[in-house]
Amino acid sequence: MLKGKNVIVTGAAKGIGKAIALAFAKEGCNIVLNYHSHLDEETVKEIEACGVVCKPVQGDVSDFAFAADMIKEVKKELGSIDVLVNNAGITKDMLLMRMTEEQFDDVINTNLKGTFNMIRHVSNVMLKQRSGAIINMASVVGINGNIGQANYAASKAGIIGLTKSTAKELASRGITCNAIAPGFVETDMTAVLKEDVQNAILSAIPLKRAGKVEDIARSAVFLAENDYITGQVLNVDGGMVM
Amino acid sequence: MVFEKIREIIASQLGKDEDEITLETNVKDDLDADSLDVFQIINDIEDEFEVSIEDPESIVTVKDIVDFVENNK
Ligand SMILES: NC(=O)c1ccc[n+]([C@@H]2O[C@H](COP(=O)([O-])OP(=O)(O)OC[C@H]3O[C@@H](n4cnc5c(N)ncnc54)[C@H](OP(=O)(O)O)[C@@H]3O)[C@@H](O)[C@H]2O)c1
Repeated sequence: MLKGKNVIVTGAAKGIGKAIALAFAKEGCNIVLNYHSHLDEETVKEIEACGVVCKPVQGDVSDFAFAADMIKEVKKELGSIDVLVNNAGITKDMLLMRMTEEQFDDVINTNLKGTFNMIRHVSNVMLKQRSGAIINMASVVGINGNIGQANYAASKAGIIGLTKSTAKELASRGITCNAIAPGFVETDMTAVLKEDVQNAILSAIPLKRAGKVEDIARSAVFLAENDYITGQVLNVDGGMVM
Repeated sequence: MVFEKIREIIASQLGKDEDEITLETNVKDDLDADSLDVFQIINDIEDEFEVSIEDPESIVTVKDIVDFVENNK
């Protein structure tokens, strides 16, 4: 059902984004792989080995003009944009009382504004097509909050509000918009956490294991496939939040 | 010329016959356009004529669009 569709994944050079790009490629989708600082040639080859097109586009999603240009270029080159996965995200953790303005702004700009920028520009294309699926990466932290992550939690809670508004605005044209809220997934983002912090998080997961990037990737494919789900937040967290 | 092009854009967005559309046509009321339709028509007209319609609320009839484009292109 997804075969031949064109999928944009932001921040897809590594971690969850890369796994999502690969999962869609395995379904036969062409992949527009947005990356920020660095992309291994191997990753492109791995995607192309699925027999699909892989188009790498370097740039910063928090830049409104970059998002506009990328969407325009992809539309021109591939003809349609069927799925957008807003995965790019960063953390800059600090206790509230010591958090700098820059730490707050950077996280909001990449996570929340970056997601808005992409949706803003892709919506023109999807409205014209009268079809499309948008999937945004939220986090359990956007639902529950977390010590040291006021900026990140605000950005992810913001993404949930943005997801629901987008779902309502675009539903009449057959476009869906959902969010995934991962819990604790083994990637570079979580590798920086101290061992005792990691252990504390693990012990709070009912299913007693950290998430794998593939767990999230499968959920993204599922949401792209099912056109009767919109405006939802899908927790993929081993039961951390229920 | 401007009218014909605008009529074509509106007809194709709303899936209507071009003959249904005259200068007096009220885009929302006569053609059942919702606000998403109106914004999409505005986007297409902006791209076609390289104009920028800052106040979409001012657009009610087809004539409003034609006048705007003729005065601003
Ligand atoms: N890992 C978890 O446990 C977890 C839990 C909940 C939610 N999430 C969310 O899942 C998403 C992916 O996380 P991850 O764990 O895979 O993190 P990751 O390994 O750090 O990957 C994040 C990717 O986003 C890219 N990126 C950062 N800023 C960008 C920008 N301005 N424009 C474009 N790309 C940018 C990064 O590229 P550069 O490195 O080149 O900057 C990197 O490739 C994030 O939204 C994150 O918040 C993760």
